[in-house]
Amino acid sequence: MSSEKPVHRPSDDSPEKPERRRFFGMFLGGGLFASAISFLYPILRYLVPPATVDLGGDSVVAARVGELRRGSAKVFPLGNRPALLVLGNDGEYHAMSAVCTHLNCTVQYLADVHNVWCACHNGRYDLTGRNISGPPPRPLEQFDVHVRGDEIVVSRQRNS
Amino acid sequence: MWLPIAFGVLFFLPVGVSAQTTNSCLDCHLVLDPPQKVSREEAAKDIHFQKGLNCTSCHGGDATNDDPNIAMGRAKGFKGKITRAQVPALCGSCHSNGSYMRQYNPSLRTDQLSLYVTSVHGKLFAHGDTKVAVCVDCHSTHSIRPPADTQSTVNPVNVAETCSRCHGSADYMKGYKIPTGQFNDYSKSVHHEALAVRGDLSAPTCTTCHGSHGATPPGVASVSAVCSTCHVFQAQLFDASPHKAVFLAMELPGCVTCHSNHLIAHPTDEMLSTGAGSVCVKCHLDGDAGFLAAQDIHGKLKKLEAAISRSDQILDQAESSGMEVSQARLQQAQGRDALTKARVTIHGAQVEQVNSDVQTGMNVAEATYQAGVAALAELNYRRKGLAVSLATIILVLIGLRFYIKHIESPSTARHGDSST
Amino acid sequence: MSLSAKVRNWLDERFVWSELTAPLKKKTVPKHKYSYWYFLGGITLFLFMIQVFTGILLLLYYRPSSNEAFESVQYIMTRVKFGWLVRSIHSWSANLMVLTAFMHMFSVFFLKAYRKPRELTWLSGIVLLGLVLGFGFSGYLLPWNTVSFFATKVGTEVAGQVPVVGHGIMVFLRGGEEVTGATLSRFFGFHVALLPGLATLFIGLHLLLVQRLGMSVPKSVEAEWKTLPKERREMHFFPNFLLRELSAWYVALAVLGALAAIWPWGLGVKADPFAPAPTGIRPEWYFLFMFQTLKVLPAKLGPLDGELVGILAFSVGALLWALLPFFDKDGTNRPRRWIMGAGIFVLTYMVAMTIYGYFAA
Repeated sequence: MSSEKPVHRPSDDSPEKPERRRFFGMFLGGGLFASAISFLYPILRYLVPPATVDLGGDSVVAARVGELRRGSAKVFPLGNRPALLVLGNDGEYHAMSAVCTHLNCTVQYLADVHNVWCACHNGRYDLTGRNISGPPPRPLEQFDVHVRGDEIVVSRQRNS
Repeated sequence: MWLPIAFGVLFFLPVGVSAQTTNSCLDCHLVLDPPQKVSREEAAKDIHFQKGLNCTSCHGGDATNDDPNIAMGRAKGFKGKITRAQVPALCGSCHSNGSYMRQYNPSLRTDQLSLYVTSVHGKLFAHGDTKVAVCVDCHSTHSIRPPADTQSTVNPVNVAETCSRCHGSADYMKGYKIPTGQFNDYSKSVHHEALAVRGDLSAPTCTTCHGSHGATPPGVASVSAVCSTCHVFQAQLFDASPHKAVFLAMELPGCVTCHSNHLIAHPTDEMLSTGAGSVCVKCHLDGDAGFLAAQDIHGKLKKLEAAISRSDQILDQAESSGMEVSQARLQQAQGRDALTKARVTIHGAQVEQVNSDVQTGMNVAEATYQAGVAALAELNYRRKGLAVSLATIILVLIGLRFYIKHIESPSTARHGDSST
Repeated sequence: MSLSAKVRNWLDERFVWSELTAPLKKKTVPKHKYSYWYFLGGITLFLFMIQVFTGILLLLYYRPSSNEAFESVQYIMTRVKFGWLVRSIHSWSANLMVLTAFMHMFSVFFLKAYRKPRELTWLSGIVLLGLVLGFGFSGYLLPWNTVSFFATKVGTEVAGQVPVVGHGIMVFLRGGEEVTGATLSRFFGFHVALLPGLATLFIGLHLLLVQRLGMSVPKSVEAEWKTLPKERREMHFFPNFLLRELSAWYVALAVLGALAAIWPWGLGVKADPFAPAPTGIRPEWYFLFMFQTLKVLPAKLGPLDGELVGILAFSVGALLWALLPFFDKDGTNRPRRWIMGAGIFVLTYMVAMTIYGYFAA
C-alpha cells in the first residue's frame, strides 16, 4: 500500500524507539488484517447459494407424483398466497388460486361433488375455477401444471 | 281546453317515444299535471314501452286516434285508471301466461301471481284489504325497470328501501300489529353494509329471507334453513348442537335468538362471554354447565386473540428496525384464519371442538412469535458484527494516522516532504 | 532486494512501464487550507468501485423480470447470507455517491478548479454527474416495488414533456408507451451494461486529465504563494496523500457499514401496475428539487405549459453550467463575481427545494 523508499530508511535515523514502531506496525498490520477478514467473511458466505433456490413467487413444486389420490387436493403456498392443487377423478391435475374471490377465505376441494367450495359463505367453483354458485363474483385464477419427473410443478400463467 | 291540447299535439308530434307508432295518449299525458302526468323519461326507460307495448296494452282505448272521445272511449275498451284491486289480475293476465311471455323473454318466471296469493300481502288482499302491496307498489306503474337495472326499485340494492316505504311508516302500518323498525334495524346490519355500501350483491336483503312475490316471514323452525343457504357451516354445527332441540322445544328461532333478525351486527367475542353483551346469559344461569362452557370458550378465544396480537407486535418491532419479516406475516394469516374458524365452531357449543381450532391458531401464533424473536436476535447479531467491523476499521485508521505522522515527522523530513 | 522490490522488477521487465511510473513517484499535491476538498473526487471514485463490487454480487441472485424482480430482492434480503448487507450497502452507497459527486462538483465550482487548462476535466465531470444520476434513476426501478414503479412512471412522463423529441425519448426509455416489464429489462440493461461502460470511459478520461494536469490551486492561494514562495507547500502523492486518501476511504467504508446495519434499506410492496398511485409519491431526494419546482410552477405561464417552462429552464441551466469554463476565462473580475453569485444561488436553490420537497406531504 505504501511505497517504501529504498534510499533513506526512516528507521535508520529515527529517534523513536523500535518498540514503538513495532507497536504501530502491529496496529496497522493487525488492523488491516482484521478489517480484511471482516469484509471477506460476509462476502464469502454471500457467494455460497442458500438451500432453497428461490422464494417460489413464480413457480413451485407443489407435490410429488403419487402424493395425491384421485379425487383429492392439496393447499400449498405459491409466492405469497395459498394455491390449490386438485387431482380430479379423471386423473387430470388442476391448479388454481385458493383465495376465494368473495371475501378472501381459503377454499377447499369437495371430493363428493367434484368442485371447489368456500366454507365462509357457501361459494362454489368448478375444477376450472369458474364461479358456479353462491357469492363469489369472479373465477379463481388458474395456474399451469407440469409433471417433471416425479415432481408436480405449478407455475403462474405467462402474461405480458 | 282544446288549446293546450292542440298546442301539445303540434309541439310533440315529432317526438316518437319508443320508435314505434305515434302515441296519442302521450301527446297529452306528457304535458298534463300529475297524477295524469307521464314523464318523458319514464316513458323512455320503462321496460314495457321498450318492448313495444304501450298505454293501451293495460288501459285499453286507441292510441292512434287524436280524438280523446274515441281514444278514451268505451267502444275501444278504455278502462280508465286501474284501481288497486284490479292491479294483480291485470298484470297477471300477461305475466302468468307462459306462451305470451315467451315472445318477450322465455326465461322470465310466470309464477308471480300464484306466489303472490300465498303471501301475507296476497292473503290480506284476497280478503279485500287494498292497503297491502300490489304489483305497482314495488315495481312502480310507468317506470318499471328490470331488476338488474341499478335504478330499478326492485334491484337488490334498492329493495329494502322499497319495502320500507310501507313497512317503515308507523302511520301507514297502523292497525297491522307488526313492528315498523325493520328497515332502521337492517340499515345498521352487516348485510346492509355489504350490499348497499360495498356493493356485494350476494348479501341478503328483505326478499332474500322473506321471498318477493310470496313474501312471508319464515316460520320459527325454518329461520335457520334460510340463514343456512349462505352460512352453511354455522347451521350444520348448530343442528348438531344441544341447542337445536332445546330451541325447537322452546319455540325459539335458531339463528335469530342470538343474532337478531334485522339488526344483525358484526358479532363480537363478548357475545360468548358471561358479562355485558353476552347472549348466553339470556338463558343460562350463573354456574350452570352452559354458563361455564361459555366462560371457557370466551377465555380461549381471548387467549388466541392476545397471542396473535403479541406476534403482530414483535413483528412490527422487527420490521420497523429494518428486518424483513414478510414470510412470518404470511403465516400470521393462517393464525387469523384459525381464530375465524374457532369463532364459527362455537355454534356447535362443544368446548373440545372450539379448543382444537384455538390450539391450531396458538401453534401458528407461537411460530410467528418465534420468527419475530429470531428477527430481533438477527438484528442484534448484525449490530455486534458491525461493532467488530468498526473496531477493526478504527484500529486501521489509528495505525494509518501514526504511520503518516511517523513518515512525516521532523526527524525524517526531507526536501519536498512536508510536515503535518 | 526485498520481496516487493523483486516483484516490481519482474513486472517492470514485462510491462516496461518504469518510464511511465517514474513521474508518478515525484507527483505532488498542493497543501493549503482548501486541500481537504481534494478528497471528494477520490471518495466518489471509491464509492463507485463499491457500487461495481456490490452490484456484481447482487447480479448473482437478481432476476430482471417483472414477475421475479421483487421476489429475487426479497430472497437476497432474507435467504442469502449477508444479502441484506450487500444490498443495503449498494443502496446507501448509491445515495452517498450522488451526494459526494454533487459536493465534488460544487467544491470545484467554488474553488474555480475548472479554469484553463481544466475545461475538459469539468466537461467530463458533468457527463459523469449525468451518468451517476442515470445510474440512480435506472437502479431505482430494479426492485420493482410501488415507490420505484411510480417514480419511474412520473420521471419518464416528465421526459416525455420535452417538445418535439419528448415522446420519442419517453418511448425509448420505457420500451413502450407504458412502464412495464419491458421497461425493467431496458433499465437493467442501462444499469449493468451501458452506463458502466460509459462511466468507465469517462472516469478513465477524467482521471487521465487529473493526472496529467495535476491538482488546481485556488486563485487566492496562488497569489499568496507568488508573493511568498517560501510558504509554498507540496505533499508527495506517494505515500503521503495516498495514505490520507485511503484513510478517508476507510472512514467511508465504516460509515457505509454502520448505515447498512443500523438503517437497512427497505423493500416495500411489490408493484401493482393496475393500482392507483399512492398519495405523496415522489422521486429520490436527488431529483426532489426538480420535482418540487415542477409542482409549484403554475399550470400555465403565458402561452406555455408551466411544466414545459420548468423543464426548459433546467435544461438551459444545465447547459450553461456545463459551459461554465468558457464563461469564466481567467482575467476580468466582473464575470467572477456574478458566477460566484450564480453558484451560491444554484446551491441554495437546490438545497432549499430539496428540503421543501421532502417536507411537503
